[in-house]
Amino acid sequence: MRVFRLQVNGDTVEVAAPEHWTLLEVLRYKIGLTGSKQGCDKGDCGACTVLLDGVPTLACLSLAATVETSAITTIEGLLPAHRANGGEGADPVQDAFDRCGALQCGFCQPGMILSAKALLAKNPNPTSQEIKQSLSGNLCRCTGYTQIYEAVVLAAKGEQV
Amino acid sequence: MAARDQHGSEAPGDQGFRVVGKENRKVDGLAKATGEAIYTDDIMLPGMLHAKMLRSPHAHARVLSVDTSKAEALEGVVGVLVGAELPIRYGVIPWTPDENALATDKVRFIGDEVAAVAAVDEDTALEALDLIEVEYEILEAILDPQKALVTPEPAIHEGRKRRDNISKHVDLEFGDVDAQLEGADIVLEEDYSFHSTTHAPMEPHCAVAQPNSNGRLTLWSSTQITHYVHRALSRVLELDPARIRVIQPCLGGGFGGKSDPFSLEFVVAKLALKTGRPVKMLWTREEVFYAHRGRHPMQMHYRTTAKKDGTITSVDAKLLIDGGSYSSFGLVTTYYSGQLLTGPYNFPNYRFDSTRVFTNKPPNGPKRGHGSVQPRFAFEVQLDEIANRLGIDPIEIRRRNFIGADTETVNGQRISSNGFMQCLDEVEDASDWKARHGKLPHGRGLGVAGSMYISGTNYPVYPNKMPQAGVQLKIDRSGLVTVFTGGNDIGQGSNSMVAYLVAEELGLLPTSIHVVSADTDLCPVDLGAYSSRVTFMVGNAAIDGARKLRKQIIEAVAKHWEVEARDVRLMDGTVIDLSEAARSMTHVEAFHLAEELFDTLGSTGAYNTPELGGDYRGGTIGASPAYSFTAHAAEVEVDTETGRITVLKVWAAHDCGRALNPIIVRGQIEGSTYMGAAEVVLENHDLNRFGLHSGPSLLDYRIPTSLDAPDLEARIVESIDPEGPYGAKEAGEGPLHSTIPAIANAVFDAVGIRLRHLPFTPAKVLKALRELEEQN
Repeated sequence: MRVFRLQVNGDTVEVAAPEHWTLLEVLRYKIGLTGSKQGCDKGDCGACTVLLDGVPTLACLSLAATVETSAITTIEGLLPAHRANGGEGADPVQDAFDRCGALQCGFCQPGMILSAKALLAKNPNPTSQEIKQSLSGNLCRCTGYTQIYEAVVLAAKGEQV
Repeated sequence: MAARDQHGSEAPGDQGFRVVGKENRKVDGLAKATGEAIYTDDIMLPGMLHAKMLRSPHAHARVLSVDTSKAEALEGVVGVLVGAELPIRYGVIPWTPDENALATDKVRFIGDEVAAVAAVDEDTALEALDLIEVEYEILEAILDPQKALVTPEPAIHEGRKRRDNISKHVDLEFGDVDAQLEGADIVLEEDYSFHSTTHAPMEPHCAVAQPNSNGRLTLWSSTQITHYVHRALSRVLELDPARIRVIQPCLGGGFGGKSDPFSLEFVVAKLALKTGRPVKMLWTREEVFYAHRGRHPMQMHYRTTAKKDGTITSVDAKLLIDGGSYSSFGLVTTYYSGQLLTGPYNFPNYRFDSTRVFTNKPPNGPKRGHGSVQPRFAFEVQLDEIANRLGIDPIEIRRRNFIGADTETVNGQRISSNGFMQCLDEVEDASDWKARHGKLPHGRGLGVAGSMYISGTNYPVYPNKMPQAGVQLKIDRSGLVTVFTGGNDIGQGSNSMVAYLVAEELGLLPTSIHVVSADTDLCPVDLGAYSSRVTFMVGNAAIDGARKLRKQIIEAVAKHWEVEARDVRLMDGTVIDLSEAARSMTHVEAFHLAEELFDTLGSTGAYNTPELGGDYRGGTIGASPAYSFTAHAAEVEVDTETGRITVLKVWAAHDCGRALNPIIVRGQIEGSTYMGAAEVVLENHDLNRFGLHSGPSLLDYRIPTSLDAPDLEARIVESIDPEGPYGAKEAGEGPLHSTIPAIANAVFDAVGIRLRHLPFTPAKVLKALRELEEQN
């Protein structure tokens, strides 16, 4: 066991966990942020994607011990950050995913939404090929991806209802 | 008594639909988008133990002894379980209970469960597994279904009436098939095969059990069918079902792969009872591949006779179905493999002979389009070949054989609404078929295929006369309506569907409806999310329940306003007096009036299918209150140098009856289509010669990424069904069927080769191209 000092969604969190635990395990089973999902635990599916200093990262392949200096954003962090910036409702990307029907079982979507968030942060008007490329590390088994692309496009337009 | 009346397909009031047919948000969309939604593995209970499973390394072996003493002695291990402690067999079909939670006598595939350990954490449980000593007597493993067919010994399942490896055999003939050979203008006879594919839902199976101090047990499980898990748990644990509560939390995808009761559910329940502590088991991705229950591989022989004009005169099918190691849904699979092919085309004479055999592989079961995707592939390719030989356009031959609406199939299935012709029109138009089919440059091609599927079946898994779907509604003085349904929302949106229908019926916004589902303590029984039954059956039950409350609310308001009931309109959360337009009240006020008049407000609703199906053994299996219809056109590119097929685009037209929410319907069509396309060119649940999976990971089992998926264009066709909820039918499974043969037929259009054996690997393409070259 060791104590990890992590910066998660703007909070500094101290938590004790086995030294070999991944960021995903610590987030889910120690901190209780279960929005990050475990689909494969070996870096194949992308369901565990979180942002480390804004960069999409697989939490299941990241040892918690290696990310103590990074700002970690999980799916739970988006809505409060949006509200802190004076926004209403959910984060625009989350909202667009809901409006476009991109959320079927929803299991891949926390990771997918964070990948989309990172894409739009650096490229506010992505082409469809750029969207496909950026989301290709996040497997979705429900949608066939079309409604996910539509959600990203809608979010890029910045329209909210 | 359960109401079994039909509600008609039109809006409840004269103002038209206010909720149905609109692009409403899902009731749980934002909860899923924000990470708030709770899935089974998100449940953490105080003092919870973590369990792991010891699995067989042998495909077929007798278990001589299991010694757990060293594991039990390991610090941190709290409970150990072996097969002898759960001796009662189960199986989702009551006639074929052949599974044990943990092996009692034999293991039948690599990965079969042998023992389990619960410990303070997963690492300790894993360490303990290594300390369990199992003595096996290795038996000959039968992996080839052809061999299983002719090899009675060793029997994979002993002690059955049949002393062989045949799981189920069905042989049915309608009309006189052989008599059509004489005088047929064309007879086409070919072999086809469908390989093994799996569901690969993104959420691995997980179950959590909590023993309650009052002697009750709660199980949370990632199941598609809470009710059958409830029944099976009671049977295996020998515990009164009234002492068991089963809850399905948010589910991360199923596609049929979470329809059986699974060993982990019994194991965590037993370990929880044994240790007095909550126990969780989460399967690894590798374990999910071995749990499987995926699409049955089939070897299929089809012979079709037709007239010069393309009219089918007979179809004869012989199918060998690889069941894997257990029965699972196999009885139904065997029937479905023949029973569901008799539309959208008229088969005047039809025969099928289907045999499901046991092999020492992970068990096969229901995958999206259960039992009928494989035969559909074979037949649609054969039909395409007949069209080609007769010089008839492939879409035209499908039109000529159209069975029609309000009719009956040769095997006695009642067809009500049928939008197949419009589906064909849609894909012909969308793909620019007339200008492009047969005219694209070499290497590029267009193909078409059609199909139909059930909207539930009138055959409940265990025979009973109670409703197949039930709901309960409760009205709160706040204005909130809570609907309790046993239906399982597995991501397809069934809870949203229920909210839309109740909102429509009561004149509310969907946000005024709260849906509580899949909790056996709280919700009336529903038979679960399988056979595309939920929209049709739960939807009808929801309308039934809401309609009773609607009547009470209208009556109370009419009395209060002293007007006729027909003058009271419920709309968008407001109640309007049509006789004096200036008068209105909120729905909350109306609820209060109704509660004053009728006491506490609540209702139940139910649905049961009418009597359906042919009057012969098995005639009700596959008999559905309504069928969906589909046509797809696919465009492919075949690289003749590498043999690689790229599916460029699929146009998918699907007749789902009334689309209750077009966004959700489109999601089902697109999701089905992408899944089907992947089965043709990417996915292969392949085992090696020892029965070991060749790549049980999401890297090796290639489900498509965003870069692999074809472009998809869904077209919704709405042939309003007379008995569906507001005219709706299924959309979740039907649209998968046509994808696969449409791609196969497009490959023929592209390069002139007929591929009849899935998957279409580059090696098969190159071989076929070489053979074609040699012929020419």
